[in-house]
Amino acid sequence: MSEAVVHEDHHEHHDHKPTGIGRWLFSTNHKDIGTMYLVFALIMFFIGGAMAMVIRLELFQPGLQYVDPLFFNSMTTMHALVMIFGAVMPAGVGLANWLIPMMIGAPDMALPRLNNMSFWILPFAFALLLGTLFMPGGAPNGGWTMYPPLTIQLGDAFPFLIFAVHFLGISSIMGAINVIATVFNMRAPGMTFMRLPLFVWTWIITAFLLIASMPVLAGAVTMMLTDKFFGTSFFSAAGGGDPVMFQHIFWFFGHPEVYILILPAFGIVSQILPTFSRKPLFGYESMVYATASIAFLSFFVWAHHMFTVGMPLAGELFFMYATMSIAVPTGVKIFNWVATMWRGSLTFETPMLFSLAFVILFSIGGFSGLMLAITPVDFQYHDTYFVVAHFHYVLVTGSVFALYAGVYYWLPKWTGHMYDETLGKWHFWISTISVNVLFFPQHFLGLAGMPRRIPDYAVQFADFNMVSSLGGFVFGVSQLLFVYIVIQCVRGGEKATNQVWEGAHGLEWTLPSPPPFHSFTTPPKVTDATAHS
Amino acid sequence: MFVKKLKDGVVGAVTMFSLLWAGTVSAEWGLNMTPGVTPISREVYDLHMLILYIVTAIGIIVFGVMFWSIIYHRKSKGAVAKQFHHNTFAEIAWTIIPILILVAMAIPATKTLIKMEQTGDAEITVKITGYQWKWKYDYLEDGLSFYSVLAQDSNEARQVGSSIDPAGVDHYLLDVDEPIVLPVGKKVRLLTTAADVIHAWWVPALGWKRDAIPGFINDNWAVIEEPGTYRGQCAELCGKDHGFMPIVLKAVPEAEYVAWVEEKKAEAAARAASGDKEYSMEELMVNGEDLYNKNCASCHMANGQGVPGVFPSLLESQLTITSEGLAEHIDRIINGKGLMPAFGEQLSDADIAAVVTYERNAWGIDTGDIVQPADIKAAR
Repeated sequence: MSEAVVHEDHHEHHDHKPTGIGRWLFSTNHKDIGTMYLVFALIMFFIGGAMAMVIRLELFQPGLQYVDPLFFNSMTTMHALVMIFGAVMPAGVGLANWLIPMMIGAPDMALPRLNNMSFWILPFAFALLLGTLFMPGGAPNGGWTMYPPLTIQLGDAFPFLIFAVHFLGISSIMGAINVIATVFNMRAPGMTFMRLPLFVWTWIITAFLLIASMPVLAGAVTMMLTDKFFGTSFFSAAGGGDPVMFQHIFWFFGHPEVYILILPAFGIVSQILPTFSRKPLFGYESMVYATASIAFLSFFVWAHHMFTVGMPLAGELFFMYATMSIAVPTGVKIFNWVATMWRGSLTFETPMLFSLAFVILFSIGGFSGLMLAITPVDFQYHDTYFVVAHFHYVLVTGSVFALYAGVYYWLPKWTGHMYDETLGKWHFWISTISVNVLFFPQHFLGLAGMPRRIPDYAVQFADFNMVSSLGGFVFGVSQLLFVYIVIQCVRGGEKATNQVWEGAHGLEWTLPSPPPFHSFTTPPKVTDATAHS
Repeated sequence: MFVKKLKDGVVGAVTMFSLLWAGTVSAEWGLNMTPGVTPISREVYDLHMLILYIVTAIGIIVFGVMFWSIIYHRKSKGAVAKQFHHNTFAEIAWTIIPILILVAMAIPATKTLIKMEQTGDAEITVKITGYQWKWKYDYLEDGLSFYSVLAQDSNEARQVGSSIDPAGVDHYLLDVDEPIVLPVGKKVRLLTTAADVIHAWWVPALGWKRDAIPGFINDNWAVIEEPGTYRGQCAELCGKDHGFMPIVLKAVPEAEYVAWVEEKKAEAAARAASGDKEYSMEELMVNGEDLYNKNCASCHMANGQGVPGVFPSLLESQLTITSEGLAEHIDRIINGKGLMPAFGEQLSDADIAAVVTYERNAWGIDTGDIVQPADIKAAR
């Protein structure tokens, strides 16, 4: 907290907020930093979304109408990097910042200055990355997976890509350290680990995944950097290196990464479903263990992203079985969510609608994931639109929908105002219908033989591509509605009560809406009756 | 109101699933994987359908229970929440049953995978090499070797703003100048590798794709049972023209295959002889334009202007526009440099002579230089 504030007004909440730009630049407050993360994520979501619109526009009909193939490749590459590292991950960290101290009964995060730095690295990292769009030779265009030798062919943008990835990794690791330090040290009396809200649990596990996997990515891209500039041959076959080794290292990071993107979403949904079912979460312990098992298994399945590189039979079988086994804990989670709703007393406010859509649409992504796990069939699915459909079901209707659910759920707590429920429902229905029109036909395209990452396609793929693009345009435009709803809610509206939702339980709902600048200045006492949500 | 919306949603989802189920009915609106033309591809297809049916059944049950709750356990219907949060029997059941289902899936999957890895006893071996952005086929037993690039009519139509309607182009983007030809009914071993970056060779009718990786040779096999033309594409992002290096496989009866091999050998002999010939400027320019469009235009563009910041313009290069640059121009094509591939092994002396002559006299460069195959031979 800033020492600069000498004259204090006697506010009822003892809020000594610094003012002006300094409040944000030098902020050490978990709520302000959380807000900055969320706003940043939203801006990146629209930048990445604009790139997706370019992709869908070019794919609207066969033939190249608008962009050349190299720029198209830049769009697919940058769309992925911006959405993963700029939108979904920072949004997750933003929610963690806002919620973890309030949920565990702490005044703030354990390491506030680290918190400030981990946020402020992000704008610089993305300035590096997005700046490449204006460089000769264009932005990175070798795919977000950055496979060499292709990515080493990249021109001036190459070092910018590598250093942007380094910065993003540092930022994520610092954020993860902060989450762990906070949860391990700052829990209120009585808040034992098995009383933590599921969102906090999923975030601790995510934080460990981040610490374990981001340095691996940093190592891989650094080796690529020295391959390009310092004459090493880690990944160059001509120099005795191995291009496939990059893929092994990358996916050792990459698979845990997909759980980094989805576990906080699991946590959000596990908070929301009980609230609007007016019933405790079914199988709390098994939810915790299932999340931990998924995270643990995620380190042993990486090669299922690269079944077609030509591994020995034993390797293919191992990675097939290991991947299939993840379906078990994931299934447990889905069944627990359904059981939470069973014989509840359900209402369907916007957060609940997004959560219900999450359960169904994430499951569809899980089903296609199980299909992709079957190695011999993956030889057909691999690198087709079937895969594109799969990971957009788990990432858009999975992670992004859960993030929307979370924002609608906690927005009244954050702002002190209710959002416009009617508009929220419109946002939900338009998004849910259009996102399925966008991604469901991509399953068909992939099965019919359309490879991914191509700027133009044979005419037999024309019809479904047009359908998909139309869905994409509607989905893209309809997200502006969300921005309007949030701004409207920040500016005013019906006053929110402390509990906000009739069925909400947990420490954050005991605080006023909006909560004081420092969440809990005196720790609350937690008992079995007040634990869990 | 919401019940209606939800019902609409359910109807929509069911329609989508039944569309998926309808399988191969529609040709234009291709919905499903095709069974292919090899024993393996049929097994792969059956596995795909098996898993699809299983996950659809699971989906119907799980979402069915969920929608039951959504419809009947709603507060507006007066539902009062029960407060249970554990049920040991249910939790054990929904852990054990999925494990059993997974084992049931893994058994046939393992069997098929083991078969796919049996690459021995092949009668014919073809080595497939991926290049940016074409394929090379080497028939190891017969010593045949040729490149396969996107067909010219597709290539013209796919340029940005070409205003050629792709629907009017025969097999748009799925046609090549020289298909790979294989006999039906024989076990063929297909080796994949690459010369520059990673590619992936994929003909869906064979039931698999395999990466072509520089420094690695992957082996695969196929027994094609039905004669026909099967089309596929590169499936691993390999740069600018990744979408424009298709694969066409012609499966023909044994006798036809033998005749094709003889014809190809005769062509190769004629090409070898062409190195001793003297060509006129006109011949060199005609051959050069054709070869340039196939081999060079994807980077340096059909008008020689390249892509700023990535691929240099030939109109401004000292190598192409000055007489002093000639030796280095030839050297660059034979040996390559940086991103520029070495074409010395890909093109014959006559081919390189034609390309060099074309590049020095096209697009208003007009150096007047005529380069003959003998000059290339001397430069090698």
